[in-house]
Amino acid sequence: MNLMLGQKELDRIHHSLKKNLIDIGAQSSMLIDTAGNIIAVVNNGSDIRDVYSLAALAAANFGAMNSMAKIVGEDEFSLLFHKGRTENIHLSKVNRDFLLINIFTNQLSLGFLRMKVAEVIKDLLGILVAKKPAN
Amino acid sequence: MAFINLKEKIIQAKIVYYGPGRCGKTTNLEYIFSQCRGQVQSEMVSVKTDGDRTLFFDFFPFDMGKINEYDVKIQLYTVPGQVKYNSTRRLVLKGVDGLVFVADSASDRRASNVNSLENLQENLALYGRDICSIPLVMQYNKRDLAQQGTEVLELETLEEDLNRRLKAPFFEASAVEGLNIVPTLKKIVSSTMAALEEELR
Repeated sequence: MNLMLGQKELDRIHHSLKKNLIDIGAQSSMLIDTAGNIIAVVNNGSDIRDVYSLAALAAANFGAMNSMAKIVGEDEFSLLFHKGRTENIHLSKVNRDFLLINIFTNQLSLGFLRMKVAEVIKDLLGILVAKKPAN
Repeated sequence: MAFINLKEKIIQAKIVYYGPGRCGKTTNLEYIFSQCRGQVQSEMVSVKTDGDRTLFFDFFPFDMGKINEYDVKIQLYTVPGQVKYNSTRRLVLKGVDGLVFVADSASDRRASNVNSLENLQENLALYGRDICSIPLVMQYNKRDLAQQGTEVLELETLEEDLNRRLKAPFFEASAVEGLNIVPTLKKIVSSTMAALEEELR
């Protein structure tokens, strides 16, 4: 089963990530699938060198969290937040197959980010659900 | 599930090294990493236990060049071999495009090899996948043990136990010595790329 996204869909994804997340102060925003593939990356000019490893680890992190959810009797945990001294990572589930990763500093409030993430997820679902896997 | 980015013309494909505990999956990746440094833009990521056993996976991405104007990025993963980590093995298998099954040639690991291959098929079935429909290469690792006086399984025995039905291409290898590690990789990459090319048509 392969997923193919065309120029139009990727442009729409980039636009939504930039407008809703980068423009409010997030450093980097990535859409990945739950197998660890990168679908889109947008950043504010700060370079995160190893995005492929980050995506693989984020997907694994989310997978582990879902297994933990089942152990405690939950269907899922839909978000994950790692707080650092200056850098933070916020991971959200978009749907069964996709995750949204945001990297941001303490200058951006977590509440505001979460509000904008919810808006982006609505946008992304509109784009991704319309684009079913190729086979 | 390979991801194909039409805008940036990138194909991302996932190859997983599977096999029983201590069969040499991580050593395979370490050797490849040391030999292909020029094609790897990042460090090798290893999620390990304190005892240096793989807890989640080892991982690194590397550039394979181009197919039909598309940049091909291969993501190499291992799984934890220990029986108790089955749930993490399952997670790593998600979206796999190519498989290397690393078997341990030591005679006393015969049952572990068979059990691990069965476990692979069960885990693939959970994703609705059949091992016969995924590019697969068999690697009979630790062939060097014979020189150290350890009893090893005959090639025919390994083939009979593991590859009689699958008939996958196989290599006799030694990950610690680097014997047939790169040829194993080349074979699985070419099989995976051929399968993806077929799907792209």
